[in-house]
Amino acid sequence: MPSYVIPDKCDGCKALDKTACQYICPNDLMVLNKDIMKAYNQSPEMCWECYSCVKICPTQAIEVRGYADFCPMGASVTPMRSTDSIMWTVKFRNGMLKRFKFPIRTTPEGQAVPDGGYETKSDDLKSPYLFTEPASTGMADLPPVK
Amino acid sequence: MANFETIEVKTDVLILGGGMSACGAAVEAAYWAKKNNLKVTLVDKAAMDRSGAVAMGLSAINQYVGVKDGQNSVEDYVEYVRNDLMGITREDLVANIARHVDSTVHLYEKWGLPIWRDAEGNYVHEGRWQLMINGESYKIVVAEAAKNALGMDNIYERVFVTEPLVKDGRCVGAVGFSVRENKFYVFKAKAVVAAMGGAVHVFKPRSSGEGLGRSWYPPFNSGASAYFTLKAGAEMTCQEVRFIPVRFKDAYGPVGAWFLLFKSRATNGRGEDYMQTRRDELEKWKPYGTVKPVPANLRNWLMMLDVMEGKGPIYMRTEEAIEKLSSEVPDEKERKKKLKELESEAWEDFLDMTISQAILWAATNTAPEEKPSEIAACEPYFIGSHSGASGAWVSGPEDLAPKDYFWGYANMTTVQGLFASGDASGASSHKFSSGSHAEGRIAAKSACAYAVDHPEEITFDNAKIEELKKRILLPLDLFEQHKSSSSDPEINPNYMKPKMFMFRLQKIMDEYAGGVSTQFTTSKELLEKGLELLAFLKEDADKLAAANLHELMRCWENIHRMWQAEAHVRTILFREETRWPGYYFRADLPSMKEDWKVFANCKWDRESGNWEMMKRDIIPIY
Repeated sequence: MPSYVIPDKCDGCKALDKTACQYICPNDLMVLNKDIMKAYNQSPEMCWECYSCVKICPTQAIEVRGYADFCPMGASVTPMRSTDSIMWTVKFRNGMLKRFKFPIRTTPEGQAVPDGGYETKSDDLKSPYLFTEPASTGMADLPPVK
Repeated sequence: MANFETIEVKTDVLILGGGMSACGAAVEAAYWAKKNNLKVTLVDKAAMDRSGAVAMGLSAINQYVGVKDGQNSVEDYVEYVRNDLMGITREDLVANIARHVDSTVHLYEKWGLPIWRDAEGNYVHEGRWQLMINGESYKIVVAEAAKNALGMDNIYERVFVTEPLVKDGRCVGAVGFSVRENKFYVFKAKAVVAAMGGAVHVFKPRSSGEGLGRSWYPPFNSGASAYFTLKAGAEMTCQEVRFIPVRFKDAYGPVGAWFLLFKSRATNGRGEDYMQTRRDELEKWKPYGTVKPVPANLRNWLMMLDVMEGKGPIYMRTEEAIEKLSSEVPDEKERKKKLKELESEAWEDFLDMTISQAILWAATNTAPEEKPSEIAACEPYFIGSHSGASGAWVSGPEDLAPKDYFWGYANMTTVQGLFASGDASGASSHKFSSGSHAEGRIAAKSACAYAVDHPEEITFDNAKIEELKKRILLPLDLFEQHKSSSSDPEINPNYMKPKMFMFRLQKIMDEYAGGVSTQFTTSKELLEKGLELLAFLKEDADKLAAANLHELMRCWENIHRMWQAEAHVRTILFREETRWPGYYFRADLPSMKEDWKVFANCKWDRESGNWEMMKRDIIPIY
């Protein structure tokens, strides 16, 4: 069951109109059981183990248990994602632990500026210059083809 | 008919998809739309932050030409792609992407993607064309720029597009449904950009239990681009050029960093390096067999020959590579530091883009510095952006394309008003995440030009829309109508559920069209039998049933896959040779033929419902 929900931790995102996991799953797998207000993965064999639900869950209620048809049991990989970095804890079947921390972005969340500060040379729709070009190529003109 | 409200959206430029290419299209179209007073609308079947092939993240950007630093030229890139695809490539399209891709990468960095730099401030290359990144949030960052450019008011998430609207040979929009509420959407547009990704799960995957979902490319890439362009009547190209990646076995973790950055070897179970022991085989596939780097399909092929002779398992020699790299550091303290660095890089490579592989390493107590790890050829995929080439046949750019490759607007398909990019456009391989974004920008600018040149109001016959709505919602009606004729909703004499439909498709493709179980081998007779079975499946598509919106989406995803499958089988049958032996092998035609150094194109005729197969010349620009 690739991603699974820990009932004690899941509150069904009760304050929101839809659960965070339901919002983010690229394969439309996470659903909310409204009777008990707990989310679940409705089709674990279609799960890519992309961890999008794990990373977004506000109560850390979602974990992943490796695909049972080829993965020995007992290991886990757990992320803690902040606004600028991600910390991974890898637990081996034999109990060994490893931790890794990597940056995830260099700008504040939500602040990506489409033109990146580059000017667009020409307003001609038929010219080969795209938005922000040639400035964004780092050259005075488009990279030559020949 | 199921009770669905119809929502009509009128726009000028309609972008279908939300992945890398669609995000490129959004950023670009937003700019030109403002200058030209156009409205742009984007439709994504998921949430843009984590939709498409880069949902999980990536550990590298695979296309950066680096022209500004004098590292390479556009022509160098074209040469690399042409050789990798055994001569079958549209040089004009590859060159066009290559001259714009560096711009896209520089924008990524401004938007906040961490690209590794060395002590001198230069990008850290994984290989000649590849840059190392901290890519966990790659998609989020790229989607953010697209959303900021377009505004959320112009973005529809969780709407699944199923069918093109075509009027007098021109694509004028699309229809689909919400996967969250009972709403049927009609988008009318002056220009449409198809960027809905490639196709996965057309072939039976190696893992068929819980691990079914652990495909190399994501299972939510379900052939929507191929279906949409085919059904619009567009000419398609390279439908035979599937891609089979070699990856760490079962969890499909990336091998690029190991081969390119860590300079690892792969050997068979007896410790032999098949790239050395089978070097003579490459002579058979000249001139491509003897170029450097050896084309991906031929590297696969040499490995497969070992596997077929029972010389597996095949190993990535991680322990050997790490030993060699650390031994280059003479000082013991420095060496320890280097080892630590290498370990972290190796794990990040998986954690950024294939977390399952990290789980599998941990579950098998694998320390890469201690023991090698198995690699294997995955199942076949349809992906125009990597080392496959399937997609729509599109116009080149006016200033680069030979005259036979230019019909008015760059990246327009042979259907007026319909543009394609990323996995949706063919014969322009090796664009990966960055080139797909750049190509989305090219297509979107071109689509804006088309919309400006064709300003007339779009109308469409309401009766035809009602007909489409009825057909699209049919699986829900069939379920309601027949569910009481069995005590188990999954098994019923009057309908079939989408999952079993997918398994039937996968079995046909696996056994007749050269899947994993036949070691990618097929023949005329097998393909003809496969087509016969596909015809039954196509008829049974009218018997697909859905209990809810999620299943309705699954029904249509599988119909999309089925069309991709048919285009593939017909084109493999049409091409009378074997050109990419490591992708598929025609046992009846086992060698490459000079007179097949052409594009094998196909088209489904909207009027007659017949398939037309055709050869198109390869016209180089260099």
